[in-house]
Amino acid sequence: MIELRSICKTFKVARRNAGFHEAVKALFRREYTLIHALRDVSFTINEGEMVGYIGPNGAGKSSTIKIMSGILTPDSGECIINGRTPWKDRIAHVREIGVVFGQRSQLWWDVPVADSFELIKDIYKVDNASYKKNLSMLTELLDIGEIIRTPARQLSLGQRMRCEIAASLLHNPRILFLDEPTIGLDAVSKIAVRSFIRYINAERKTTVILTTHDMQDIEALTERILLIGRGRILLDGTLSELKRRNSRHKTLSVDFTGSIDRLENGMHLAKYLDGHAEIVVDTDILSVSDAIAHISGQAEISDLSVTGATAEEMVVSLYKEFEI
Amino acid sequence: MKLYLKYASIILKSQMQYKTSFFMSVIGQFLVSFTVYLGLYFMFHRFHSVSGFTYSEVLLCFSAVLFSYSLAECFVRGFDVFSLIISNGEFDRIMVRPRNEIFQVLASRIEFSRLGRFLQAMAMFAYAIPVSGVVWTYDKILTLTFMLAGGFFVFSGLFILYAAICFFTLEGLEFMNIFTDGAREFGKYPFSIYGESVLKFLTYVIPMALFQYYPFLYLTGKSSRTLYMFLPLAGMLFLIPCLIFWRIGVRHYKSTGS
Repeated sequence: MIELRSICKTFKVARRNAGFHEAVKALFRREYTLIHALRDVSFTINEGEMVGYIGPNGAGKSSTIKIMSGILTPDSGECIINGRTPWKDRIAHVREIGVVFGQRSQLWWDVPVADSFELIKDIYKVDNASYKKNLSMLTELLDIGEIIRTPARQLSLGQRMRCEIAASLLHNPRILFLDEPTIGLDAVSKIAVRSFIRYINAERKTTVILTTHDMQDIEALTERILLIGRGRILLDGTLSELKRRNSRHKTLSVDFTGSIDRLENGMHLAKYLDGHAEIVVDTDILSVSDAIAHISGQAEISDLSVTGATAEEMVVSLYKEFEI
Repeated sequence: MKLYLKYASIILKSQMQYKTSFFMSVIGQFLVSFTVYLGLYFMFHRFHSVSGFTYSEVLLCFSAVLFSYSLAECFVRGFDVFSLIISNGEFDRIMVRPRNEIFQVLASRIEFSRLGRFLQAMAMFAYAIPVSGVVWTYDKILTLTFMLAGGFFVFSGLFILYAAICFFTLEGLEFMNIFTDGAREFGKYPFSIYGESVLKFLTYVIPMALFQYYPFLYLTGKSSRTLYMFLPLAGMLFLIPCLIFWRIGVRHYKSTGS
């Protein structure tokens, strides 16, 4: 169980203009600006949930994750995870969480991954039996049996990320924080990572909190979404709710012969090529079938598809809506 | 401790990947402090004594400082690159592991190349003990042991202090090196030769004289106050404010963006 109540965090950042002259000036007198990374952030996540934490760069995603994992101490507010305050009871707290930073490695660079795993086992005091069981499960599911005998520096990004995830789960954490786990991965690795995350959430009931910019991650994995912007939680809801909210607009892709000249009210031409058009229909004004009937009255349709908004587009419209 | 050895073994495995570099730095470390020793030797070749201390006495003083310094360096030098650990985000990882942060910083940066300096300090120490002219009674042996332990604690405290400052500046402060690397150099002479005010500073602010000058007076028989024998133990207390400062630093840790 994770509970955050009115968490605030500000950073003091030194600012100066570019140039040598300015650098010298800054040596003596610095100007600071306060950045409100988090203002009054509150939410609750239940055990076994999988939550997508989204927002543009600099919105405060990483800061929240760092507070929840005990790295940062907030200025004010409360955070209770499994009955503990992370920054006060750090060692007991981190024993029960796993953290993957997509852009940072936790493996020792020059030694085979298996050696890193051994050391992590000792750091977390995992007993031999459950370590063996865990390791064989992880190597099988993530398909890293061969890879772990290679030094980390020689792994590809996709291979390394799979090892990172395995390393974060060796101690059987109840909560897993994933900070951009699929960043920079190719399609095959992304799908492998996603299906693995889905598996441990379903089978082990591990609570997963995932930050990402990849909306396919969200679509593939999470039901619940938390949207953060400028340090505030702007939206807390399910993906399907969001879809419903954004499903007013449907896009019709039409291949046709002839020409489409007249559009009914509620139809909007997004793209028009010779023999192909994309038309956005506002379903509050006009039903999709009416729109199709209207088109077929003017031209001969040879192919037609109807699509709703993608998660990507939804997020863009959300960002616009909240002006972040 | 077992875990420390595990860390040591993984670092040794990593460093052996670059073995030439490893041996070169061991030799380099050895030579650097060896030149300091030569400087000392030639100076006394000329002058024979410095404010009442003979060459062999100064040698004992120097080797005791060097010994405790290199002992501290061997274990605690991880803090030297602490600004790096913060700026590359390694400290985030340390914070999410269920072990003491100080332990992890120390264990993640074990420098085997420092062994060169350590071996040399040992050799010099072994040489200085018989030639120093000190009659080695039990209390003198105890005093020397206190000096080494006190030195180890004070140097460790300084390294931790140095690192804790990084939490606020995100950048190492080079002036701190005056008291670490610098102390190794100017610590070869009893601090009294630098004058009254320096001695006061090193007694009350950064208590290095407590493990060097005062017990050394007792050791060489220049003073018979038994209090001086136990001053290094008082110097050890220096570690406490350093650790408190570290605690405050951890709470102020800002992390770096990702």
